[in-house]
Amino acid sequence: MSTLSERILRGMAGEYVDRKVDHAYVHDGTGVLTLEAWKNMGARGISDTAHLHVFFDHIVPANNSTTATLQHELRDFACRSFFRFSDIGGGICHQLMSEGVVLPNEIVIGADSHSCTLGAFGAFATGVGATDMAAIWMTGETWFRVPESTGIHLAGNLVGAAEAKDLALSYVSKLGMDGASYQALEFVGEGAATIPMDDRLTLCNLAVETGAKAGMFYADEMTLHYLAAAGYAAQVQEPEPCSYKQELDFDLSDIVPVIAVPPRVDTVKPVSDLAGLPVDQVFVGTCTNGRYSDLARFARIVKGRKVVVRTIVVPASRVVLQKAINTGVLMDLVEAGCSIGTPGCGPCLGSHMGVISDGEVCLSTANRNFRNRMGVGGEIYLSSVSTAAASALEGEITEPEVS
Amino acid sequence: MQGRGRAVCMGTDIDTDVVIAGRYLRTKDHSIWVAHVFEDLDPSLASRLNGTVIVAGKNFGCGSSREQAAIAIREAGVIAVIAPSFGRIFFRNAINIGLPLIECDITCSEGIPVTFDLTSGWVETGGMKYPSRPLSVRMQEILAAGGLVNYWRTHG
Repeated sequence: MSTLSERILRGMAGEYVDRKVDHAYVHDGTGVLTLEAWKNMGARGISDTAHLHVFFDHIVPANNSTTATLQHELRDFACRSFFRFSDIGGGICHQLMSEGVVLPNEIVIGADSHSCTLGAFGAFATGVGATDMAAIWMTGETWFRVPESTGIHLAGNLVGAAEAKDLALSYVSKLGMDGASYQALEFVGEGAATIPMDDRLTLCNLAVETGAKAGMFYADEMTLHYLAAAGYAAQVQEPEPCSYKQELDFDLSDIVPVIAVPPRVDTVKPVSDLAGLPVDQVFVGTCTNGRYSDLARFARIVKGRKVVVRTIVVPASRVVLQKAINTGVLMDLVEAGCSIGTPGCGPCLGSHMGVISDGEVCLSTANRNFRNRMGVGGEIYLSSVSTAAASALEGEITEPEVS
Repeated sequence: MQGRGRAVCMGTDIDTDVVIAGRYLRTKDHSIWVAHVFEDLDPSLASRLNGTVIVAGKNFGCGSSREQAAIAIREAGVIAVIAPSFGRIFFRNAINIGLPLIECDITCSEGIPVTFDLTSGWVETGGMKYPSRPLSVRMQEILAAGGLVNYWRTHG
């Protein structure tokens, strides 16, 4: 009787194993150091077993000559070495891996902490740094300590204006920033089956904010349906009775709109407690909440009205952008006064655009509100898409209405 | 493997954005990371780290996978980081670039000597000796090689 991590990694919790990696990916941020480490290892070749991907998403398009030079070198290498390469405008690495690439039971490693997002497919997906990734480029495998797991039992349905993001911030708050250190989170229970794929990605995305190495859903009919649309046939993963290191229970109908207060993701308060706090910028996007369903939800709320603070919307991928164009969502956003960015990470990490000034407040749908992350002296509050939309219309933190 | 340095005390949940901010990442010039390490925590810290052992609270190095954080700490002259627990990606990164990390919960006094022995698994400071959690065999091998690059140069 095993956890999903134990089944996929083929070992017992606590055991160290070496395993082949099915997909390994870097972005323009971590890829540069990965390439340098790979060269320093002696550059003895590239694995022909793992599928290797390079995505440009962090600083897109390049903002200055230094970045352009680093990107030129990595782009050139990726294309010459027959990596699967996605240039600027393609979108965020985790999002592209979720658009019909990752399958249940696969082992997926990204050189980015939010690689845990892909556990939504019943894969074991986790982040590493550049040097670990360089070794994977070379050998196609890496070592793992099979994690203990935290079981998050979900019952019922989300109601009112609550979103999966509110549940995500709620479980981070309950566990704390190290509450699941070195562990995997498993989202289980009859409530899990009701959660759509986009929302599963959001829930798994925040796993790392509890110190967890993975966040996982068992592949079910919902997963199979999503993958079938992308042209893949997959099998359902039936949960087995297993032993969890700790367990949390959530009745989804108890979840209310919440906000994570800077500078910690686990300092979470009901939106109602913060209502009226002035906001200088609203940012909608990222690997947490930049999917089509997020943009559509935002557009539904702001349609026909005007945002009163600067509002930046960045689609998570080109596919998301295309869908938003085709359905009219993009026009609704632009007419409401939103600025639209190139698909990618946007201002999330404060390195090239959408930077906030000293003393400014950004309400963001991203996953991190660390000190100075989006600009020195600026503060980041994290919320759901609906809370961000309601607040963009008022210029202050505002509770979303029940739609 | 033994080491000794003066203690620099830090709090809990020090994230890698605080170690090295996103605005300094896009370069291969390590001296930029060293110059700005911990800038958002204390701008005067970077110049005082040489020969020190960082003694931090739980979950040191949580957050982003940026390996520049571990590189900046090592190249600023820090001998080791001691904390009750670490962000797991930072944990791997630090060992991979040859920066010793020690999982141990100790009371920190600024500036006093800290001695450690990674092989036998103890930390000594302020007249007290604490047992530390041993690194896995693989991590010990990687650290002994001076990091994962050298490990693969010799094992590949």
